[in-house]
Amino acid sequence: MIPAAFEYVRTTSLSAAIDLLQNDPDGAKLVAGGHTLIPAMKLRLASPALLVDIRGIDELRGIEIGEWIRIGALTTHAELLASDPLHQVLPIFREAANMIADAQVRNRGTIGGSLANADPAADWPAVVIALNAEMEIAGPNRRRRVAAKDFFVDIMTTALAPDEVLVALHIARPEPNVRFKYRKIRHPASGYAVVGIAAALAVQDDRVLTATVGITGATARAFGADTATAFLIGKFLSSDNIKRAASIVSESAECLSDQYASADYRRHLVRTQLARVLSS
Amino acid sequence: MHDQGAECRLHENVPNNITTVYKVGGGDYRRAAREADHIISLRIANNRLIPTCMETRSILAEPNADGTLTVYIPSQVPHMHRRWIADTVGIPEHQLRIIAPDIGGGFGAKMHLYPEELLCPFLARTLGVPIKWWESRSESHQSTYHGRAHTEDIEIAFRNDGKILGMKVETLGNVGAYLSNMASGGPTVNTINFGTGTYKIENYEAISKVVVTNTVPVDAYRGYGRPEGGYIAERAIDAVARHLKLDQVDVRRRNFIQKADFPYKPYNGPAVIYDSGDYEGCLNAAMKAFDYTARISERDELRRTGCYRGIGVAAYTHMCGMAPSRRLGRIGFNRGGWESSRVSVDSSGRATIYSGSMSQGHGHATSLAQIAADVLQVPIESIDVVQGDTRQVQAGHGTFNSRSMAVGGSSIHVCATRIVAKAKSIAAGMLEVDEKDVAYQDGSFGVPGTDIQPLSFAKVARMAYLGHTLPEGTAPGLDETVFYDPQGMSSPSGVHMAYVEVDPETGIVDILDYVAVDDAGTLINPMLAAGQIHGGVVQGIGQAIWEEVSYDRDNGQLMSSSLLDYAVPRAECVPNIRSSFQITPSPTNPIGVKGIGENGSIAAPPTIVHAVLDALSPFGITHLDMPMTPPRIWSAIQNARAGARQ
Repeated sequence: MIPAAFEYVRTTSLSAAIDLLQNDPDGAKLVAGGHTLIPAMKLRLASPALLVDIRGIDELRGIEIGEWIRIGALTTHAELLASDPLHQVLPIFREAANMIADAQVRNRGTIGGSLANADPAADWPAVVIALNAEMEIAGPNRRRRVAAKDFFVDIMTTALAPDEVLVALHIARPEPNVRFKYRKIRHPASGYAVVGIAAALAVQDDRVLTATVGITGATARAFGADTATAFLIGKFLSSDNIKRAASIVSESAECLSDQYASADYRRHLVRTQLARVLSS
Repeated sequence: MHDQGAECRLHENVPNNITTVYKVGGGDYRRAAREADHIISLRIANNRLIPTCMETRSILAEPNADGTLTVYIPSQVPHMHRRWIADTVGIPEHQLRIIAPDIGGGFGAKMHLYPEELLCPFLARTLGVPIKWWESRSESHQSTYHGRAHTEDIEIAFRNDGKILGMKVETLGNVGAYLSNMASGGPTVNTINFGTGTYKIENYEAISKVVVTNTVPVDAYRGYGRPEGGYIAERAIDAVARHLKLDQVDVRRRNFIQKADFPYKPYNGPAVIYDSGDYEGCLNAAMKAFDYTARISERDELRRTGCYRGIGVAAYTHMCGMAPSRRLGRIGFNRGGWESSRVSVDSSGRATIYSGSMSQGHGHATSLAQIAADVLQVPIESIDVVQGDTRQVQAGHGTFNSRSMAVGGSSIHVCATRIVAKAKSIAAGMLEVDEKDVAYQDGSFGVPGTDIQPLSFAKVARMAYLGHTLPEGTAPGLDETVFYDPQGMSSPSGVHMAYVEVDPETGIVDILDYVAVDDAGTLINPMLAAGQIHGGVVQGIGQAIWEEVSYDRDNGQLMSSSLLDYAVPRAECVPNIRSSFQITPSPTNPIGVKGIGENGSIAAPPTIVHAVLDALSPFGITHLDMPMTPPRIWSAIQNARAGARQ
């Protein structure tokens, strides 16, 4: 209940934050909403020596909408839910944000924090994969972008180096014919996804033109259902094709098993819920 | 955790880890079994639960300059806490003031004595400084006493027409590592005494074994034993209906204790007596509200389209408001069954009630005031209710076992009646008439049939304190204290029905409708009564579908150590609960009320389980244990499908 002792620094400069990480790659941790880190510290599952509070860094804020949509890492779930301009182009943000935890958590928790934490059952990883987002990352004297599907490496592990900061995500403005859906089976206590499926799909003349699907909760990391979407492209969205696509993904997924749900149950959910997402 | 029997003895003085063996019954089960057309057996589990309160436990002990000690505890039983702390820490009761402020829920968990409640007063007194302790949610899961944790083996002997001839029950009740205040009472007298429920089962043989384990102690949680007892009766009767493919309602009707049977002693045993009831009435009202026959047609029609809906029914009764004191003594309960109240009318006619009952969010300030207002014939705004301060409230037992209205409320009724009687005598003196000619009506004392100007209650109250014209033998003041010890206990009853849909691909249960018809006797405040039903049903739904304490089988680690792991029902899990009441006044108390707090959590678990089993009957599933979580339901369907393929 009471965390181990730690130092706390608040900074308004991205480079200062990176310097602090670089000086102490094992002991320093970034904190923004603190909705995962602080509970972990209270349970002593995490004991960082230094907390670097990045909430004052302007560059990490804001939602910008142009040819590309840029979402700053510090954007809260509540801001993503509330933004009408974002909803006009990418309604999946409101749909998914609405399913995250409760109002208190949404008011403080940030999308950057959620992505960088890479909880295998978090919602945003599935969404950013389905949207082919690019993650903007800043490190000492360098900037780089990583595709969302390559960002999630393993349980709580991302492509971020210890001295790097997730700055923003960038999403190409979707064609008007792309439809989005996020579907989630919640864990009854935590509210996290037992399985969550995000899809972006364009259909022309009854045939699938483009499709991307991100799946969270099922496996150690959120992943793109590339084999299924590759199968679907150019095909009719018939119930047979949907079933086939859903089976392709579920058969190859190495699903997690825990006290609440077995791997078989998760695999079944991947198949049936993906089919339901595609059918809707 | 390891199954090594006596090798793994937890306490030197508890052989085989069994603390108590208790038997109850009547008639001749073996003869019933010989005469029966069918005998079936089932094993049911009552999942271990955490009594989840909005407010976790906390305590503040503060030494005062005059040598006394004030202890703040969110206690359901402030005067019991005073006695326990006084006895154990060695502070005389008169030097100890327990204050129980507004409490964020208790549900039974805040009526025990916990070590922290002794340590804080001891330390405060020893060190001469205030000592505060409060538990985090995880600490609460690890140390506040759990509920339920039973396993029951049941054998039912019945005829082809569904009439149950006899029942045999073996209960194994887990009370955790140490016996808490009432620990042995739960799986024994509170459970198997009530195993026959609302049914006439004359041949009954029940035994309860109470075992200690290396887990958190288990004690009262909303119903304490009665939910487990009711679950025995209900799962049994549902199994009979299922076995014979008879309508679940018809089988219940065939076995119900009838209206003319009350007061009724089940299996002619010595311990249980149901004071009154009309189960058929509740059933008929529930079926009407639920639209039972139309729902059956709809369910059957939808089933053909692959939509799995189910209808669940459960009836219940029990005894609550533990009393009289003599009976509690007989069963070894180290407290009385009375409740105390003081009604103090000031010289302006305003009344203050000092009640030994203890609200934990029940709304006693309203309901107890209503009882007094009715008798005193004064506006409810003229009545204040004081609870939860042992310096202000003369004595009491607190709130548990659905006793506040039946016992606490009755004590206020009796006390307020004495106030009116005394006021009437004072009024007679003021009016210079004979007391027997005075009538009290609409808040005024007058002499019917005469033109004597009536006196208001306030004027009489003023005279009580002036004392100028009191009749011979009447003392001044308008202030009465009552210790009311009831003659018996009340028996609420009811019938609940649920309509659910199960998604076979996810195992998720959607509760489409929930109808509760409860008979809690005379209702003091129908809105608060409905609130009690709502809350109990929600906790019952939690037990049926979501909640379960689990330990790692290998190392004893508590797995459900936070609300990230332990699922209490959210608003989205709860249907619109349609609650209504039948009123069969209890003959055991002057206001006809019966307990209400525990009824929902007794009725809801079997109601929901039966509805889900009904929905899954096309798969051939006849049994599921609680909590029926989505993965468990899904697994049951998978297993049933695999079995069907073989």
